[in-house]
Amino acid sequence: MRKMISILVRNHPGVLSHVAGLFTRRAYNIESIAAGVTENPDVTRITIVVSGDEIILEQVTKQLRKLIDIIKVQDLKYSESITRELVLMTIYAPKEKRHEIIRIANTFGATVVDVGAKTMTLEFVGNDRKINTVILSLEAFKIKELARTGLVALPLESEMESDRTLL
Amino acid sequence: MTGTKTGAEIIVQSLIDAGVEVVFGFPGGQVIPLYNELYQRADDIRHILTRHEQGAAHAADGYARATGRVGVCIATSGPGATNLVTGLATAHMDSVPVVALTGQVWTNKIGNDSFQEADIYGISIPITKYNYLVKQADQLAQVIKEAFHIAATGRPGPVLIDIPSDLQTADIKPRKVGPVKLPGYAPVSKGHPRQIEAILRALKDARRPVIYAGGGVIASSASKELRRFVEKTGIPITTTLMGKGIFPEDHPLHLGMLGMHGTKYANCAIFESDLVIAMGVRFDDRVAGDVHRFAPQARFIHIDIDAAEIGKRLAVAIPIVGDLKAILAMLNEKSEPVGRERWTRKIAALKEEHPLTWEDDGTIKPQYVIKTLSDMTRGEIVVTTDVGQHQMWAAQYMCTTEPRRFMTSGGLGTMGYGFPAAIGAQIGCPDRTVVCLTGDGSFQMCIQELATVRMYNLPVKMFIFNNGCLGMVRQWQQFFWDKRYSHTVFDYNPDFCKVAAGYDIEALRVTEPAKVGEAIDRALHTDGPVVVDFVVAPEENVMPFIPSGRGQTDFFGEGDE
Repeated sequence: MRKMISILVRNHPGVLSHVAGLFTRRAYNIESIAAGVTENPDVTRITIVVSGDEIILEQVTKQLRKLIDIIKVQDLKYSESITRELVLMTIYAPKEKRHEIIRIANTFGATVVDVGAKTMTLEFVGNDRKINTVILSLEAFKIKELARTGLVALPLESEMESDRTLL
Repeated sequence: MTGTKTGAEIIVQSLIDAGVEVVFGFPGGQVIPLYNELYQRADDIRHILTRHEQGAAHAADGYARATGRVGVCIATSGPGATNLVTGLATAHMDSVPVVALTGQVWTNKIGNDSFQEADIYGISIPITKYNYLVKQADQLAQVIKEAFHIAATGRPGPVLIDIPSDLQTADIKPRKVGPVKLPGYAPVSKGHPRQIEAILRALKDARRPVIYAGGGVIASSASKELRRFVEKTGIPITTTLMGKGIFPEDHPLHLGMLGMHGTKYANCAIFESDLVIAMGVRFDDRVAGDVHRFAPQARFIHIDIDAAEIGKRLAVAIPIVGDLKAILAMLNEKSEPVGRERWTRKIAALKEEHPLTWEDDGTIKPQYVIKTLSDMTRGEIVVTTDVGQHQMWAAQYMCTTEPRRFMTSGGLGTMGYGFPAAIGAQIGCPDRTVVCLTGDGSFQMCIQELATVRMYNLPVKMFIFNNGCLGMVRQWQQFFWDKRYSHTVFDYNPDFCKVAAGYDIEALRVTEPAKVGEAIDRALHTDGPVVVDFVVAPEENVMPFIPSGRGQTDFFGEGDE
C-alpha cells in the first residue's frame, strides 16, 4: 500500500534531518519526499509518499505527529487531492526520431526545454500516474538522464462537485 | 559592556531558573566558558564531576528517576559529546527526562573537521526526544526553557542542546524569555469520556481481567490512583521491569513481573485472561515475545500518553490516549467491584503452584543474596541494577513497594548503567540508602566512577554478583549454542577488593552463604561507600525463561529436552 502524507513543519535548519531520520530509524520506506516553504515563511510543507502495510502506514502518521517540529500531519487520499510532480528527462534523439518524440510530447502536453546534438530534454508536469505513462512511452528512445521532483499535493477544495478528469 | 551578559552567564542563570540544583559533567576545551561560570556560581548550582561523560549521563538519568526532576549533564564537544550517547539512548528508551548540554566548536568552524568536532546534533537525533544546535547567543535562554519543558512533559525524554563556544563567550543584551511556543506540541492530558465509558463497560463484562502496568505509571505519578483502582476493582496486576514499585509487590493482588523472566503465574494469568488492561506500557518484545500468543482470548484496553504506542505491536479494542493519573482518577470515580471468585481462586492457585525458587547447593546463590537484602530492608532502600542475570534476579526477588525505588536500564539494556545511576540517585536522595546491584561484567564498564563516590563521599553500597562471567549471554550459549562459551567466561578478573582499596573505599568479599546476611548488615551500617564482592555460583541460570519470540506460557525446559 502507498500513502501520501502532507506535513507542515517549523521552518528551521535540521527539521528535514528529523523527518528523514525518523524514516531511517523506524525502517519506513519513503517513495518520494518534496519540501518547500509555504505562504508563511516560518512554515515548510513536506509531502511524503510512503509505502508499507496498513499497520506501518498508521504508525508513520503517529510517529510523525510526535516530532516536536511538526505543526500538522494530514493523510491525503489521492481521490481527494490534487497532486503534481515535475519530471525532466533527457532522451537520445537522433534527427530521424525527433518528430516522433515531439509527437508523443505533444500528446501528453510535455514541453521540449532543450535540444542537444544528439539529445532532447523534455519537461512534464502531472500526477505520478501520468508521469509514469510519459516515461514508459519515451523509454523506447532510451532515456539518458531523468530527474523527478517528488510529488506535491494539496487537498482538493472542489471535492464535492469534482470533475475527476481534471486530475 | 554594561547591561550585557555572556552566553555562559545566561546558560547557568537559565538552568537555575529552571530549578536545577545539581548538574553532572566533565569539562573540556569547548565548555571552558561554561565551566568558568559554574565556578563562579558554585553556591547556587552544584556540579558533580564524574570520571567519564557516560557516568555523567547515567548519573543525570539516575537522579531524574529517583527524584522525578529533570537530570542535567554537561560534556565538551567531540569525544565528550559522543560519550554521552549511550546515556542519552538509555534515557530515551526508558522515557527519562534529561537535559544534556554539549560544547561545540566555534560557529564559523563548524563543518571544517575542527579539533574535537563531532556532529552531535545529527548523532543524537534518533536517541533524543528533541535536540538543538544553537546558532545565536540571544536564543540560549529561550532554548533552555523550551528544552526543560519538552524533557519533562508528555512522554518524558532526553533533550540535547549543542552550544558552540563562541556563543558562551558572546556579550549580549539579555532578552526577556517568553512563554514556550511549540505549535505542534501539545500532549493530551485528559482521556476521552467516550473511551472511559467503554472501559467501564468492558471491566463490568470481564470474567478474567488482568492489569498489565509499567513505567508510564511512574512518569505520570499515578501510583496512588493505580492502587485505588486495583483495590476497588479487585483485578490482579502484573508489572513490567520499568513498572517495579508502582504497586506494592507484597500485595496479594500483585503477580510480580511478567515476560521473558517474569513469574509463571503472571504469564499464565495473562495468557488465560479475557481482558488485558495495559497502562503505560508498550508491549515490548521482552514482555510479549509473540503478540499472537500473548493473551489469545483477551480484548485489550491500552492507556498511554503516547498515541504512537497504541496499535504498534498489536491491535487494541479500546485505546485511550492521555495522562494515566487523570484517566485512573476518572475510572476510580465510576468503577465498581465485580465478584470474580473463580478467577481469584485460579490466580491464588497459580501463585501457589509456581512460586519463584532456587536450589541451594552450598555456593552463594545470587537469588539468596537479593532475597536476604530485600527482607532486611523492606522496601526502604533505593536499588539500581546493571544489566544481565543479576538484573533479572533483582526484578524477581527485590520486593519493591514504592515508585522511584528501583532503577534499571530496561529498554536499552545498558551494562554500566547501574553504578553511575546510583551516584545520581544518592545525590538526589541524600538521606536514603542506595544500593547498586551489579555484576562483575557490568561493574567494569563504569568502574572509574569509584573515584566519584570517594571524592564526594557518597555512601553508595555496591554489591557485585561475581560469577566470573557474562552470565546472561553464557546462559543463552548453554541453552542454545551447545555450551560454546565464546568470550563470556573471564579468564582474568581484577581483585575488586583491591581495586576498591586503591580508591580508598571499604570492601569485603563474601564466599560462603552463611556470611551473606552479616556482610549485607555490615555494608548497610557503614558510613560512606562500600564494595561487597559476592563470589557467587558461576553457572546459575535465570528461571523461569520464555525464549525470544515464543508464546506466553512456552517456558524453557518444558518440552525442550
